[in-house]
Amino acid sequence: MDSALTLLSFGPDGWGDNIALGTLITVCLALATLPFGLVAGFFVALAKQSGEPSLRLAGNIYTTIFRGLPELLTLFLVYYGGQIALQALMRSLGQETTIEINAFLAGMIALGVMFSAYASEVFLSAFRAIPRGQYEGGYAVGLTGFQTMRLVVLPQIIRIALPGLSNLWLNLLKDTALVSVIGLSDILRQTGIAARVTNQQFLFFGIACLVYLVLAIISSFGINAIERSVAQRGAPK
Amino acid sequence: MSAVAMDSAAAEKPPEARRGWPATRILGWTLMLFWGAVAGGIVVYLVEVWNPALFDRYFPAYMSGLWVTLQLVLISIVIGAILSVPIAYGRMSSNRWLGGFAYGYVYFFRGTPLLAQTFLIYYGLGSFRPQLEAVGLWSFFRDAWYCAIFAFSLNTAAYQAEILRGAIQSVSKGQWEASKALGLDRLKTLRLIVMPQAMLVALRPYGNEIILMIKGSAIVSIITVYDLMGETRRAFSRTFDFQTYIWAAIIYLLIVEVLRFVTERIEGRLTRHLVRR
Repeated sequence: MDSALTLLSFGPDGWGDNIALGTLITVCLALATLPFGLVAGFFVALAKQSGEPSLRLAGNIYTTIFRGLPELLTLFLVYYGGQIALQALMRSLGQETTIEINAFLAGMIALGVMFSAYASEVFLSAFRAIPRGQYEGGYAVGLTGFQTMRLVVLPQIIRIALPGLSNLWLNLLKDTALVSVIGLSDILRQTGIAARVTNQQFLFFGIACLVYLVLAIISSFGINAIERSVAQRGAPK
Repeated sequence: MSAVAMDSAAAEKPPEARRGWPATRILGWTLMLFWGAVAGGIVVYLVEVWNPALFDRYFPAYMSGLWVTLQLVLISIVIGAILSVPIAYGRMSSNRWLGGFAYGYVYFFRGTPLLAQTFLIYYGLGSFRPQLEAVGLWSFFRDAWYCAIFAFSLNTAAYQAEILRGAIQSVSKGQWEASKALGLDRLKTLRLIVMPQAMLVALRPYGNEIILMIKGSAIVSIITVYDLMGETRRAFSRTFDFQTYIWAAIIYLLIVEVLRFVTERIEGRLTRHLVRR
């Protein structure tokens, strides 16, 4: 047990700092993806509940594609496909260069589109839970369409969509593990290296699982706090 | 009553279809043109890079990979379904130890990435090689395929247990009480009264779980199982031809959409008595 503690310690003998760094990268990736995914998901949901059939269809195609593709495959499509497309673009501009897409960016894009595809479904069902009278009331008191959305509909949407979105956040946190495959030094990659070097596979992959669990537990505390504050602010008086 | 209904019917004329080109319509058509361009681009690309030699060489590999994927998902789902019954029982039981264990199991497998679980089982259990050899299980845990099935079964068991629990608890208590009043024992109540109603609720989540497993199964390619994704990665690493990934994407999308369609059809068929005509 003593050797396990040495291996996990911080400093030159231990892998603690590597794992901490990996945790930081995982959290950064998830946090960087979240706003992009939320905003994109909201706009896709807007498209899917619009009165215009062509806009609805376009939104549904987006969801179908990015909900149906395996996460790993989406990541590879973005990572390798982006590289190949950029290289072809540079070649057509007359420049022969090798381009490597940053793994963090590729992970952010791939995770972001997947998150937004799922988030759009959550937002859509929240939109459907809001009665027409809310829009009509907004119209009756003289708000513009944009103001109705911002002041009347959006606050209710957020409250209804919050449980679904928190689930998606937990999924996002877990899906970040996939970027270790394209070489980003997240938790799983750092523990994988440590496991290979020290030949303590069970210890280090067990630690990786525990770190993810701790992140999930911290997240649920955060989510509970947000839910409580939103419920207090939005509760009918 | 009828006057009110008529009034509201008169007031709610169907909105007139908007003519011309409002902003949303322009946006919608632009986006559809974009999707059309993407689809057309993929078709043109696939025609342009069409290579009979490549196709002949890798088509059988893709088919065998697809078969491996389907086998993996099917076996894991079935084993997971069996394992999920005691776990769901534990989650619903009032015994503190049993409930705690089931809660911990579900929390662990739903809170950590499937990839990390697979690594923990495939690489991690290698640390216990002497012990596993002693009990004769080493040949099982040495094999990536068995490890994948093991990890996926444990993972899906946690999710399926929650689906099962949610479905059973969605059946109202009155159903249990009424059947007790009729003199049915608990097992009979479960089998004849509760389960048929619970399964209707559980159908869609089960369909989603199968879809999630098919998508999630792509990660076994990382531990050297040659499923559809594994064959794709092998083909790409040998040819550096990007169309290998495009074909895989098309196949995965097709499977998922077919499954979604089938689930919806089954659900529509089974719930036809609930539709108000």
